[in-house]
Amino acid sequence: MPALRGLRLRNIFHFATSIAAVALVFASIVLTCSQPAHALPAFARKYGLRCSACHESWPMLNYFGQKFKDNGYQLMNDRDAPIWQNPGYWPVTFRMTPIWHRVSTGKVLVDTYSAGGTSPSGVAVQRVTSSGFDLSGLDFHTGGTLEKNFSFYLLPSSDPTASFHFETVMARLDNLFGSSWLNVKLGKFELDNLLSEKRILTLTGNGGIYQLYHFTPVNDGNIFGQMGDNQLGVEVMGHSWNDRTRYSAALLSSNDGSVQLPDGANSYSAFFAASQAFDAGRLGVQRIGAYAFVGEAPTTWLTTGGGTTILPGSGIGNKSFSREGFVGQFYFGQHVDLQVVTQHGEDNAWFGQGYGDFIGGTVTGNNTTGTVLPAGSRNPTWNGVLLEPHYVYSPQLIFIGRFETIRMSQQANGAGYAGVGGPSASNLGNISTYTVGYRYNPFMTNRAGFAWHNEYNWLHQDGTGPTLGLNSANINTSELLLGFDFDF
Amino acid sequence: MGTELRKWSLLLGAAAFLALPLPSWAQLTTIDLAQKLNTEAHVGKLTGHAKAGAADYRRYCVGCHGDLGDGNGEVAQWLEPPMWPKPRNFQLGVFKCRSTPTGTLPTDQDLFDAIGRGFDRSAMPIWNTFTNQQRVDLVAWVKHFSPRFSGGEKPGDPIQIPPEPEVTPERIKAGRDVFARVQCWKCHGVQGMANGPSASTLTDDLGRPIAAFNFAEGSRPKCGDTDKDIYRIFMTGLDGTPMPSFADNIKPDEAWDLVFYLRTFMAQNSKAKAMAKQLGLKPVDPNAPAPAGQ
Repeated sequence: MPALRGLRLRNIFHFATSIAAVALVFASIVLTCSQPAHALPAFARKYGLRCSACHESWPMLNYFGQKFKDNGYQLMNDRDAPIWQNPGYWPVTFRMTPIWHRVSTGKVLVDTYSAGGTSPSGVAVQRVTSSGFDLSGLDFHTGGTLEKNFSFYLLPSSDPTASFHFETVMARLDNLFGSSWLNVKLGKFELDNLLSEKRILTLTGNGGIYQLYHFTPVNDGNIFGQMGDNQLGVEVMGHSWNDRTRYSAALLSSNDGSVQLPDGANSYSAFFAASQAFDAGRLGVQRIGAYAFVGEAPTTWLTTGGGTTILPGSGIGNKSFSREGFVGQFYFGQHVDLQVVTQHGEDNAWFGQGYGDFIGGTVTGNNTTGTVLPAGSRNPTWNGVLLEPHYVYSPQLIFIGRFETIRMSQQANGAGYAGVGGPSASNLGNISTYTVGYRYNPFMTNRAGFAWHNEYNWLHQDGTGPTLGLNSANINTSELLLGFDFDF
Repeated sequence: MGTELRKWSLLLGAAAFLALPLPSWAQLTTIDLAQKLNTEAHVGKLTGHAKAGAADYRRYCVGCHGDLGDGNGEVAQWLEPPMWPKPRNFQLGVFKCRSTPTGTLPTDQDLFDAIGRGFDRSAMPIWNTFTNQQRVDLVAWVKHFSPRFSGGEKPGDPIQIPPEPEVTPERIKAGRDVFARVQCWKCHGVQGMANGPSASTLTDDLGRPIAAFNFAEGSRPKCGDTDKDIYRIFMTGLDGTPMPSFADNIKPDEAWDLVFYLRTFMAQNSKAKAMAKQLGLKPVDPNAPAPAGQ
C-alpha cells in the first residue's frame, strides 16, 4: 500500500509539474512574445506610428499622445493635411468589446411570495448575482485634420442595444496666428481632463468610469457637474511647443451634453485646467496641474397643463455648483507610474434637496415662487481622491490598479433638518471602490488593436441600500469581467 | 562503403555547420548588437547609456527604424519617397544633419538635437516630449547600431561659424550671385520652389528618389530654422543626399550672403524678405553668363 501511495504521489507530482510547466510556458509566451506593438488605427495608419508611440497602453494616452492631441491630431511635420495622404485613407476606427462578466449586487429589494401564492406577500433584501456573455457598446471614431490646422472629431456611439447618440462632435482651429498657445474648439467634446475617462483602461460598470467625475450626493438633483461626461460648448486651449505647459478654458451649456437645449436657455458652466510638466531625468516627465468646474443650472421650470407638464428649455432660477482639484501624473522609470486626481465638490442647497435635473423627464421639485427649503438645508460638500498606479511590463502588457474614495464633508440634510427623514447620517453616500486588472495586447501594429482584458471591481457605498430592519444600509457591489477589446 | 558514407556525411555536416552564419554576414545581428550595449553618448553633463535607451526605442522608434536599426521597421514599406522619405538606416552611420564636415560622423549633440527637432516633411515626429536624459540614452542606442561608432571612428570637429553680419541690400544681391554661381537653382529652382531642371532626377546614396527643399512651401528646414542652421548646411552638406558641402567653394562671408538671399524665398516674414521686396529683386536667370571673374 505504501508503494501504491508513493506511486500515486509521484503521479500527482508529475501531473502537477506538467501543469506547472504548461502554465510556465504559457506565461513565458504571454510575457515574452514581442511582436511589433500597435497604435490607435485611425491615426496610426495615417502616420505609420505604432499604438505605443501615443498610448501608454491603448487607449490611455502617454505624453507624446497628449501633445499630438493638443496639436489638433497633428504631428506638426508639415504632412498633417489630408492632401498628403493616399486618397484611399479613411480615418475611421471601430471599437467594440465582447465580454463575459459576473455582477453581484448586495441588498436588492425583492418581492417575497408565500407558499403557493401568486401575488407578492412582502419584500425582502437579498444579494443578486448574475453572469453571462455580453457586449459593450459600439464606438465609431473618426477624426483628424480637414486641412493643416483645421481638425475635427466625430464619434457616434451606441449602447449594447445599438441605440446611438453623438458622443463627440467637434471642429477645432489650431495654432491660430501661428501660435500653439491659441486653439479654439466648438461642439461637444471631452473636458480637458488630464486623466481621461474616455481613454480609461477599465471596462466594468463601476470601474469603467471615474466615480470622482460623476459623483452626486444622495438625492441631489444636480446632474450638470459631471466632468466625465462630454459637454457642449467652446474651448480655448493653449500649450508650449513641447507641451510642458498647457492651459484650457471652456464655456459650456449646463445641460450635461444633452442636445436640443433641454434645460435653461441661459445657464452656463465653465471648466478651467492648467498643468506644468517637469523633466526628472530617467524617471521621466512628471506633471502636476489643477482644474475647476464651476457653473449654474436651473431649479425652476415653466409648466403647462395645470402644472403637470414641464416645458423643456424653460429653466430659470439658476443655482451654483463647483468641482475643483489637483491632478498629478508621476512616472518612476520605464515601468511604473501613478495617476492622482483630487476633488472638492459643492452643490447649492437647492440641488441638495433634489431640484435641478430635468433631463430624465421629471424633477423632484420645482422651485416656483414662494418655495422655501426646509430648515437645516445646507450645501452638500464632499472631498475625494483617485489613485491609479500602473505597471507597464511592456507596451503590450499593462497591470492596472485603482482606488477611489469620496467622503461627504457636509450633508444637504444637516443637523436640525426639518424636512422628511430628518438629518442625514454624516457618511450617507460615501463611496470606496477598488479596481484591479490587466490588458495584454498579443500583437501591436499600426493597423489594428486587440487587448485581452481582465478586470475585477469592488464598490462600497454607505447608507444607500434598503434597511428593512438590517443593521446597515451599506451596499457592496462587485464585478468580474473578461473580454476581447478590439478596434480596427 | 559505410566508412566512405560516414566521411562524406561528416564533411557535409561540418560544411553546413560552418555555412550557418553566412546569411547574417551582410548585416548586423542582435548578437552583434548585444556586444555594443555599453555604448555611451555625452551631451553637456549628461551621459547616455545604450541599454537605458532600449525601452524607449522599442516603444517609439522601432516601427520605422526596425529592431536592428536598419530602417526596415514594419512601417518602412509604406513610406514612399520622395513624399515620405524612408527611415534612416542607423547601421550605415550616415546622417544628414551634422555640425561636422562632410563624410564625418556627427557629434552626440547633433543626434540629440535631431531627435528633439524631428524632420519636417517626413514621418519623423518632433520628439521633444522626452527628458534630456531619455534623449541622450536614445543617442547612445542609435550609435550602438553602427560599426562606424563602435569601430573607434571619432566624430569630425564641428565647423566654425563666424558671427552673423547685418543683413543689407548689397548682401542680398551678393547672395543672389552666389545662388547663381554654385547653381543652387538647378535643384531648388530660380525661386526656391524645388522645381529646378535637376529636381525630378534626384536620388539619395541608396538610389531612392529625394526631393530638393522647397523654400517657398513654409516648412521648417530639416536641420533647423535659424540662420546659423542654414549656414551650417552649406558647409557640411547633407550626407547621403545630393546636397553637397560647399565648404571649398563658398567663403564664410558669401555663405552669409546666401543665407540672406534664401530668406527672401521663404514664406516666413524676415528683414531680408522685406528688403528684397523693396529692391524689386528679380530671380536669377539660368541662361545669363556667369558674373565676370567667376
